[in-house]
Amino acid sequence: MHVSNSYWTLFCTVYKKDLTLAFRQRAEIVNPLLFFLIVITLFPLAIGPEPGLLARMAPGIIWVAALLSTMLGLDKIFRDDYMDGSLEQLIASPYPLSLAVLAKVAAHWTTAGLPMVIMAPVFALLMNLESQALGATLLTLLIGTPLLSFIGAIGAGLTVGLQKGGILMSLLVLPLYIPVLIFATSAIDTSIMSLAYSGQLAILGAMLAVAFVAAPIAISSALRVSVS
Amino acid sequence: MQIEGPNGAGKTSLLRIIAGFSQPDDGNVLFNMRNIKEDYDGYAQSLLFIGHKTGVNQQLTAYENVTHWLSVHGYTSTESEIYSLLGKLGLVGLEDVPVRTLSAGQQRRVALVRLWLNDAKLWILDEPFTALDKKGVAMLQSRFQQHLDKGGAILLTTHQDLTDTFASLQTLALEYRH
Repeated sequence: MHVSNSYWTLFCTVYKKDLTLAFRQRAEIVNPLLFFLIVITLFPLAIGPEPGLLARMAPGIIWVAALLSTMLGLDKIFRDDYMDGSLEQLIASPYPLSLAVLAKVAAHWTTAGLPMVIMAPVFALLMNLESQALGATLLTLLIGTPLLSFIGAIGAGLTVGLQKGGILMSLLVLPLYIPVLIFATSAIDTSIMSLAYSGQLAILGAMLAVAFVAAPIAISSALRVSVS
Repeated sequence: MQIEGPNGAGKTSLLRIIAGFSQPDDGNVLFNMRNIKEDYDGYAQSLLFIGHKTGVNQQLTAYENVTHWLSVHGYTSTESEIYSLLGKLGLVGLEDVPVRTLSAGQQRRVALVRLWLNDAKLWILDEPFTALDKKGVAMLQSRFQQHLDKGGAILLTTHQDLTDTFASLQTLALEYRH
């Protein structure tokens, strides 16, 4: 019984707990993915299955769908921990709260973002996306979805103490997603024109780097406010 | 020290301020003559807090809850020690079922296992006896005595009368103000 664990152990503990919980309630992993699929299949029904039109709109649709389905699971990141008091236990632990938060965001991305990245080629096929754009779609999703988790978790942390925080969270978070959306879709568009899109990727990467450093601190401050 | 007072007097608020979750309107909380805000993580090493919301996850099993809490707080323990403690607290055979299937008193016991698995100096307990049966209360009180004998401090709220149980008991009575 000694204080002996490293920061890495704490990260793994929190990450593993959230993954275990997600796999016990599989709907949490499957629902956002199904939502993603349904949104994407609605578009051809609504605007007509003309392949050229779909291919033109595919980057935007894939990204808007990714954005909305990330929002689905966000509310859950801190909700249960807030309700059962685990959040207080995390604050009252001798480790930095931002580290536990980083683990929780990583777990959210693993269950919400990563499946979307893996399924993206299938969805791209559904939308008749040009084959040269597939790489860009995958790369932007790979860099962009963790960014969505980071930004979203700030909103989730701020609204976790509210009774009906879900809508307020969407209002807070969606405007902040706009830069990600712009650069990600622009990268895919550029790749369709067979031009280099490393500039947009670099900007997305830079945003992710800033979020990786700053977001956990912002999220833990938000959580402290919500708990107090 | 026991904090007493009618409902709404601010017992829980006071405990949460001392634990560092809420900010006082005025004044500071000092631990070992240091403001807890200056070195909260250091303060947290000496602190064990169990509130109304105990921090026991409903989906995880009792054993998983205990091991998770231990790692989050930097403690290590052996599997057999945790199982024997859970057994001691009357949770034999319930170690590996999700906590949501347990009764309120059993869920509280899962949280109270922590009292046997920490070396924090200061225990802050909000209504620790809630939902416990007589045997549970007695076991908890003897654990409190062990902690006090080792030089630890306990700050708790309860509506139970503890004056006969602990010789060193101090009472702080809060008043309800409009």
